[in-house]
Amino acid sequence: MEHIAIIGNGISGVTLARHIRKLSDKKITLISAESDYFFSRTALMYVYMGHMKFEHTQPYENWFWKKNNIELKKGFVNEIDTDNKVLHFEEGDQISYDKLVIATGSKPNKFGWPGEDLKGVQGLYSKQDLEHLEIYAPNNKVCKRAVIVGGGLIGIELAEMLNSRNIPVTFLVRESSFWNGVLPEGESQMINRHIKNHHIDLRLSTNLKEIISDDNGKVKSIIIEETGEEIPCDFVGLTAGVSPNISFLKESEIETNKGVLVNRFLETNIKDVYAIGDCAEQREAIGNRRPIEAVWYTGRMMGETLAQTICGNPTEYKPGHWFNSAKFIDIEYQTYGWVNGKKGKPDYEAHFHWKHDDDTKCITIAYHRDTNEFLGINTFGIRLRHEVFDKWLTKKWTIDKVLKHLQAANFDPEFYKLHEKDIIKKYNQNTNSNIELSKKHWRKLFA
Amino acid sequence: MKLIKYIGLAIFLLGLAIFSGSIFLGNFSMTNTQVDEYISEQGIKSDIFSKELKKTLVTEEQINIFEFSSAVRKALETSNDYYDKQIAKYNAEKNWAKKGEQYQYKIHGKPHTISYNLAKKAGSGFVKENIVLMWWLTFGLGIIGALLYILPNILLLGPPGIKNNGIYHKSATNRGWIAWLVLVYLVVFYLLLYFMPDYAVNWTYILDPISNTLNGGDASQWFVYGFLYCVIMVVMAVRMYIKYRHNKYQIMRTTSVLFFQIVFAFLIPEIMASLNMPGYDFKNAFPLDYDFFFEWNIKNLTESGAIGLFILVWGTILTIIIVPLMVYFFGKRWYCSWVCGCGGLAETLGDPYRQHSDKSLKAWKLERWVVHSVLLISIVMTIVTLYCYFTGAKSFIGINSQWIKDSYSFLIGAWFAGVIGTGFYPIFGNRVWCRFGCPLAAYLGLVQRFKSRFRITTNGGQCISCGNCSTYCEMGIDVRAYAQKGENIVRASCVGCGVCSAVCPRGVLKLENDSTKGRINPNDILLGNDVNLMDLVNQK
Repeated sequence: MEHIAIIGNGISGVTLARHIRKLSDKKITLISAESDYFFSRTALMYVYMGHMKFEHTQPYENWFWKKNNIELKKGFVNEIDTDNKVLHFEEGDQISYDKLVIATGSKPNKFGWPGEDLKGVQGLYSKQDLEHLEIYAPNNKVCKRAVIVGGGLIGIELAEMLNSRNIPVTFLVRESSFWNGVLPEGESQMINRHIKNHHIDLRLSTNLKEIISDDNGKVKSIIIEETGEEIPCDFVGLTAGVSPNISFLKESEIETNKGVLVNRFLETNIKDVYAIGDCAEQREAIGNRRPIEAVWYTGRMMGETLAQTICGNPTEYKPGHWFNSAKFIDIEYQTYGWVNGKKGKPDYEAHFHWKHDDDTKCITIAYHRDTNEFLGINTFGIRLRHEVFDKWLTKKWTIDKVLKHLQAANFDPEFYKLHEKDIIKKYNQNTNSNIELSKKHWRKLFA
Repeated sequence: MKLIKYIGLAIFLLGLAIFSGSIFLGNFSMTNTQVDEYISEQGIKSDIFSKELKKTLVTEEQINIFEFSSAVRKALETSNDYYDKQIAKYNAEKNWAKKGEQYQYKIHGKPHTISYNLAKKAGSGFVKENIVLMWWLTFGLGIIGALLYILPNILLLGPPGIKNNGIYHKSATNRGWIAWLVLVYLVVFYLLLYFMPDYAVNWTYILDPISNTLNGGDASQWFVYGFLYCVIMVVMAVRMYIKYRHNKYQIMRTTSVLFFQIVFAFLIPEIMASLNMPGYDFKNAFPLDYDFFFEWNIKNLTESGAIGLFILVWGTILTIIIVPLMVYFFGKRWYCSWVCGCGGLAETLGDPYRQHSDKSLKAWKLERWVVHSVLLISIVMTIVTLYCYFTGAKSFIGINSQWIKDSYSFLIGAWFAGVIGTGFYPIFGNRVWCRFGCPLAAYLGLVQRFKSRFRITTNGGQCISCGNCSTYCEMGIDVRAYAQKGENIVRASCVGCGVCSAVCPRGVLKLENDSTKGRINPNDILLGNDVNLMDLVNQK
């Protein structure tokens, strides 16, 4: 029986294992040094905040793995012998495989800041990071102030977490406005204000110079590059992005760049070795996507796809329309299609922006300047239907048509106030158009 | 603000302590006339009972309620024992006439209830003499304290949004010692209410004036329970309004359960009673209202003229037509989390404990066995009862009518719905009764599962498997298991509280009524991936 070894029990590896099991009786071994069972990494923040216990982050009960004949192996692979198809573990043992899948995810970026390895300095990625956070920032007595370096999705989650325990937070963001490498200006600035409303000390256009140690090798303060200001703190969160967690492959034959290089079939340069999820790097980027996509959903989709290939139905990784979601403290964010921030915005991309007076809801619709083709939407504080936008993108609707039927895409809970009328009014004013809201049910749109 | 909270907590606890402590107050010695009055009112013929009562209770000394209760029960036992022996004696002598004569002297009824009825007349002392003051010291302090504890959250919780911070860090909401303490308190409360109402007779004095205004009679322990139920729901609804102030579904739902509890479950029945009609809760559907078809109720209703007849017809139509029809259009939520009294308490007082429901597959299996068994038993009980009602038989298909009614009332009605259902909130979550015990929920669940427009829609591929939905599902549904497969949630037990949707950080869940086509839609490959692959794998 063919033995599939999967290194990494995150969403990619687990999705792959589940789908291989659905399709075949192959022997499957899921290897992890991090945790006994699969857990949802994105939910770690809720454990710290007291919304859940760690066990609640585990989507499958512990008996699930045995019942589905998926072997779990706890250990750290430190050497891969691709010639003999053997994995060597740090613990000294080894296993052989027929097919190997690398799904080891990411690790937090460190940019060589002085003091970045001190005690109390860490990223927020793994279960161990959560455990360390409980040691260095359990409450505002032990941790009188925390500094977060890097204004992305993990940075703001960490800020929200520390805030939930009343730990004062200073949030250093390199950009001139929060996440504006990705978000258009109006949205980014709304989030700036939202962060400040939560009494988080947001410092824009601010870089970290160094982290200062106390006598015990623990962080004592940080120094800001631009002003030289020293901020005393007991904890530093490094959240300036993540990069593939593949240092253990250095000695192997597997070709890597930033990540493990794969083709569209998610195959590496070595036969029977594959890579999926955060750690995989496409040799050629797919569409507007980046070669490395450290996103939950893409990890899952690669797992779904590779299972087909491994079980005898060679299938290219072909992600559909881009989508993503996040939450900025109290404001939910969803995106469908492509809406670029100032930085990467192509010339043809025009934006329509609407913001609610309460400063917690807004949308930005991207469309083609010349053809009016709908390119994508960012939505804040209003939930929208994935299925509907996926179809509109496929059918290449114009922005006018999208706006006209916007209500069909609403996914807010019942009785919520609807804003489509307002949105259309603003659009009509901006563009001298005369669109009227249609209340057609979304299913009927595609019937 | 924090200080106000702590002061509020202290005031609340003081009120609770006075309320609880008031049980121990008062003097329950009786006069000869009081005893005679009671004896003649009840038509009790046993001289022994009356003599025993007078011997122990007619005294200058102070008697507390516990001594009183024990004296009454002893008198009862002595009297009944005596006549039992007489019966046995005459039986042995085959003196049938004499034997038959003895039965009239036997006293029927639950000892604690007889003791309660006597105590209600006998009581005197501080509580009875200072009713208004005592109301303020118990209900008043409790309400003011609780509100002082709750209201500062408007500011303390920060901007509107999901604020479940620290739920698993706190003893009260993480099965710590406070939770266990609350459990013990609630269980003791229910035991008093159901089985030892005489001990709590002082509470009824406090509400006598209110009861008199509403229904023209003194308060019973059930009036105390009804009033307390409403007060608790109102106060805890304030908490809900603040906690979920960003979520209009929760606001509307909370208002609805509050309205139905206060108006339908409390006010209307009381007012009906004051008008000499049978007090009836028009929303309480059979088989949750398990004694609706009991002989005494049918008799009572048929003897109450037009209104009685109307209630009989309404109650039948409610269960057979209205309830399932509404479930078809809106799901069982219209009843369980918008109207029902049990649901109302669960969604207000119980909200802090919703995370404790067991999500394991084992629990789900157990749930299906238990809740459907209760439904079956309630139906069998009703068939037996109705058969016996119409034919005059004592039993049907080998089941004694009185026995099954008494057993059901005791085990399901009192223990399961009350003591366990509410008492165990802090440890097993707020819907133990609704999930494992309620026969109406089981019935609605069958309709919801197989014939309804209701479902919880999942939003394409957006789920990140975080588990907030499952954690906060009070019915123990593993919502995430469906959401992460992009599959609609169509479960018999879902009461449509909408909290899974509220706590979802990615906007994945939406409660909807929509066409029944494609309502159940398991997917292997989720939206977002290769369209061809999705078609290939998902179309079976």
